[in-house]
Amino acid sequence: MPTELDLAPLWLSLQLASVTTVLLLLFATPLAWWLANTRARGRAVIEAMVALPLVLPPTVLGFYLLLVLGPHGALGAPWLQLTDTTLTFTFTGLVIASLLYSLPFVVQPLQNAFEALDRKPLEAAWCLRASPLDSFFSVVLPQAMRGYLTAAVLGFTHTLGEFGVVLMVGGNIPGETRVISIAIYDHVETLDYASAHWLAGILLVFTFIVLLVVYALDRHARVRVI
Amino acid sequence: MKLPVLLLLWFASPLLHAGEVKVAVAANFLNTLHILAPVFEKNTGHHLLISAGSTGKLYAQLHNGAPYDVFLAADDKHPALLEKEGLVMPGRRITYAVGRLVVWSGRSMPSQEGAQIFQQSGIRHIAIANPATAPYGRAAYQALNTMGLWHILKPRIVQGDDVGQVFQFVASANAQLGFLALAQVLNPKNTFSRDYWLVPEDLYDPIVQDMVLLKKAENNSAAYAFVVFMQAAQARTLIQQAGYKVK
Repeated sequence: MPTELDLAPLWLSLQLASVTTVLLLLFATPLAWWLANTRARGRAVIEAMVALPLVLPPTVLGFYLLLVLGPHGALGAPWLQLTDTTLTFTFTGLVIASLLYSLPFVVQPLQNAFEALDRKPLEAAWCLRASPLDSFFSVVLPQAMRGYLTAAVLGFTHTLGEFGVVLMVGGNIPGETRVISIAIYDHVETLDYASAHWLAGILLVFTFIVLLVVYALDRHARVRVI
Repeated sequence: MKLPVLLLLWFASPLLHAGEVKVAVAANFLNTLHILAPVFEKNTGHHLLISAGSTGKLYAQLHNGAPYDVFLAADDKHPALLEKEGLVMPGRRITYAVGRLVVWSGRSMPSQEGAQIFQQSGIRHIAIANPATAPYGRAAYQALNTMGLWHILKPRIVQGDDVGQVFQFVASANAQLGFLALAQVLNPKNTFSRDYWLVPEDLYDPIVQDMVLLKKAENNSAAYAFVVFMQAAQARTLIQQAGYKVK
């Protein structure tokens, strides 16, 4: 390993992916639940919007985020008023970008899990006057565990691999927005292949192990995760 | 004409065309090349295919066999490296411009302000190009360092991939100041303020911009024509007007 190899971008990426995954699981649960149960006409529109980051080039997302998160933007301006900090070029801004970027990877597995729920235990819980929260944790969550695991793993690994959006709104600040993909890009651009190899290798092995553990658990639990 | 014939002509058109030059250009010179390109194309009937990026990035691409005929860099170091690696036609490394570093805010600035602009309130972010890959970023770092401001301003520095992104960071108001090439500010397509602070030249190493004709272009007469065009009086005048010095 090159002695000067900077591992800070790796930790930063892990931090970003963790924060994003936790927040997404919280926000995506009610959204996925609504999508799984509603018959509202707007459902297809919302589903299409959720799926957009799957197909849009990250530059499109990055371009809009640069404007929206900027000091005159719809989110950036009020944020600046409230906190006296900007959203572009900050970790907070990257979290917001990642929430959008990884949204479909979390919502879709959850929605699938909720749609496949056995309704009878849930109806029984309602008849027994269990609170919505209680029925969620005692009835829904155990059944949807598989979906949650898939959502968490996909959300986490996808955020870990985020590049184009960060390149456009990050500003390459060490410890703040220089995530591992940007650091690898920089190393390649400056022909520092040794450092690029180390970081890329670490990311490759780490991601592989995460997926391997999930698949292995999957087999033992006799449930399909991905 | 029948559709198949039209399609055939369309596919074959690059072959029928006079000649084609693939140019890799450092981001600072992109606007200027867009001014030069129509003149060259009109003079010679050849066609330019332009790709822009930071000098370091384009160098890395050329080092790995990218199919460019001519490389217009923002320094003389990367072209010299290519020459040393034997990728350049002998004697075809030529200085085409000397760059001038400016600080730009996108808004009107009193000209007498000088280095005071960094002390203004409301300067949250100062954009520079990545010093590791972009010569203008390196010059910005040197200038701030020489002024003794680097360590003070470091928390506010954000890096663009090249000076093109620096322009865009300032234009979109995400950064309040940016270090750019003068030519980017003077560019006719710049719809923002043309006020700038010309960074004194003793604060940074001269930005000597070299171009090279690559060995790949050995049999491309259009590429030779372009190199000749760039050294002729007409091009030199246009380059000067765009905001560079010429040797």
